[in-house]
Amino acid sequence: MSDFLTSPHLLSVEDLTTDEMNGIFRTADSFLDLSSRTVKKVPSLRGKTLVNLFYEPSTRTRTSFEIAAKRLSADVINITTSQSSVVKGESLLDTVRTIEALGADGVVIRHPSSGVPEWISRRVGCHVINAGDGLREHPTQALLDLYTILKRMGRFEGLQVAIVGDILHSRVARSNIRALTRMGVRVRLVGPPTLIPADRKGWNVDVFYDLKEGIRDCDVVMALRLQLERATASFIPSLKEYARLYGISPQVLRLAKPDVLVLHPGPINRGIEIQDEESFHPHSGILDQVHFGVGVRMAVLYLLMAGQ
Amino acid sequence: MARKDSADSFFLKDVRLLDPATGLDMNGHIRVENGLVAEFGSIPAPSSGMPVWEGEGSIVTPGLVDVHAHFREPGFEYKETIESGSRAAVSGGFTAVCVMANTDPVNDHPEVTLGMINKAREIGLCRVFPIGAVSLGLKGETLTEMGALTQAGCVGFSDDGLPVRTSRLLRRALEYAALFHRPVIDHCEDRDLSDGGVMNEGWVSTDLGLKGIPPASEEVVVARDLEILKSTRGRLHVAHLSTAGGVRLVRDAKRRHLNVTAETCPHYFSLTDEAVRCHHADAKMNPPLRTEEDRLAIIEGLRDGTIDMIATDHAPHAPFEKEREFDQAPFGIIGLETAFSLGLDLVKDGYLDMAMLLYLMSVRPARVFGLPRGEIRPGGLADLMVFDPSQTTVAGVPRFRSRSRNSPFSGQKMSGRIRMTFVGGKKVFDEQEEREE
Repeated sequence: MSDFLTSPHLLSVEDLTTDEMNGIFRTADSFLDLSSRTVKKVPSLRGKTLVNLFYEPSTRTRTSFEIAAKRLSADVINITTSQSSVVKGESLLDTVRTIEALGADGVVIRHPSSGVPEWISRRVGCHVINAGDGLREHPTQALLDLYTILKRMGRFEGLQVAIVGDILHSRVARSNIRALTRMGVRVRLVGPPTLIPADRKGWNVDVFYDLKEGIRDCDVVMALRLQLERATASFIPSLKEYARLYGISPQVLRLAKPDVLVLHPGPINRGIEIQDEESFHPHSGILDQVHFGVGVRMAVLYLLMAGQ
Repeated sequence: MARKDSADSFFLKDVRLLDPATGLDMNGHIRVENGLVAEFGSIPAPSSGMPVWEGEGSIVTPGLVDVHAHFREPGFEYKETIESGSRAAVSGGFTAVCVMANTDPVNDHPEVTLGMINKAREIGLCRVFPIGAVSLGLKGETLTEMGALTQAGCVGFSDDGLPVRTSRLLRRALEYAALFHRPVIDHCEDRDLSDGGVMNEGWVSTDLGLKGIPPASEEVVVARDLEILKSTRGRLHVAHLSTAGGVRLVRDAKRRHLNVTAETCPHYFSLTDEAVRCHHADAKMNPPLRTEEDRLAIIEGLRDGTIDMIATDHAPHAPFEKEREFDQAPFGIIGLETAFSLGLDLVKDGYLDMAMLLYLMSVRPARVFGLPRGEIRPGGLADLMVFDPSQTTVAGVPRFRSRSRNSPFSGQKMSGRIRMTFVGGKKVFDEQEEREE
């Protein structure tokens, strides 16, 4: 099989060619077949150690990676370090030494500072997988979002995807913008001007400040999680006003294509980004995202680490 | 050499002599006696009594003058000391350096000033001129005793690292410092607009997901300062200009004959925010590296006289402080040892001629801050730099004399080679001797 990845690390979706992304999706297909069986494990990564190193609280991404690694028979070590110890001056070089001392074959890292996975990758001898760095990248989230779109819509070409919400502070948005445009999807950014970067000249996107215009005739609506503290920092006047202007409601969704797919990276602030979720249940891809996430992460770990 | 030489006399053979203050540009020899230029041109070699060195076609000019450096002593000797900073200075061709007040304790009392001056004298490398704080403890509340600080030797006042915090304090500082004919130097930044940003706000910060510092953060404070300056008899010096908008404001103020001068730093005309893509904090300083448009505007400002001088903002930080998350690392890079090479690149690229570069790095800063400087004329002070513009060096360790190594130019080939530096006729740096050590 020639789907193995050329880069030893997954730091950004830009590390991947479109062929490699398609390879990940094919591999995810076969791993997801597996998850419907009673024995869900394969021995592909037996004897390999994966360290989950999380400097930010995360349940779903960490658990998803953990399940993915265990189904591939890897040994998994979880290290969760609070952000406060970073601020107190715990050195990243200490982290590098920890990884080396554990004899890890791969490290999955989430960190509040943009660029840290890249920094680590230049200093350790093992595979580095970015599970979210600062505002910069969350490549496996984008891959599982794309995979969900592919499974539900059957294609990428010609689709219109609206990403709605706090683009400025979202690594999920950045990874998705990069990955979706590469796959031939037309991306729209929808949100208030305070939450959309003013200078975006390298992005081939359309920007809408009005939700209705932004959603009209869209194939996919991807709502982003709004950090609740944005209101106190004057990015928005209040959560109530945000919900009124940018909350995805069944009424607004009627402007989109009839078979519109709604995605959210979770966890959802119900009543803010998404209102009355149950009423558009058939359109929701949110549970698929969680389910497919395991398969996509198995594919990434396998294609990075099983090669040698 | 067995002969006992006077330490501040020498004869240098076969050099090109360049002094932008007088327009001097000739080939010949130069003789220095007792710390002063005695004569130069087609003069005979001395029979004895002083060392004779071969110039081998190098250029001799007045030594460089830096009005903006951080020597970190007292208080942060692990980053830099007056001694290591002085070594860095003379190896970069600098004979006089002004050092900022954000030490610990802050240079807000004459004892701190005198301590710095005495230490520098003991070391005996470059001339060191302290800048006093504008406010006690840099807190932006109470003016320092500028009279006493001036008497102790402060040549200007600045809360650098921070802007002068309030408009009212700036007004009083400008008015009061005028009493002692000292400029107030402002680090122009609206920290409310910067809001924890770590690099220039623009496409690169969008792409890298790093929090931006908008250009307006500099521009609004430059504008504030200039409008306040207008109604005082004071003198304002704008530190480290980095934005096209800042250059435009200063240019306009000079047209209005306001009493303002400005500096920029080599990194602002050499690099852009694209350098941050390496994710290394050696590309992190405040103000941040801006865009290509800003870079070109800075160069234009140097060309048309809007920007009076090139300063280094030499800001050492220890490796453990810089080898970390980009957004957690401190701002600042070292610059004394790379400044002249980067200036030479402006000459090489045709933006400035050599005389203009030396004017910006020696004559003008010395005049604005009233500092002694080298002059190639009979009786002129022998604060001199000898360099070979045709040679190159590689920046970084092991060449760096600074105690820190936080430079975005490390590993890069640098234009020109400083061969010797003299302060008061005394040789304080000899590249060949240091190489042989």
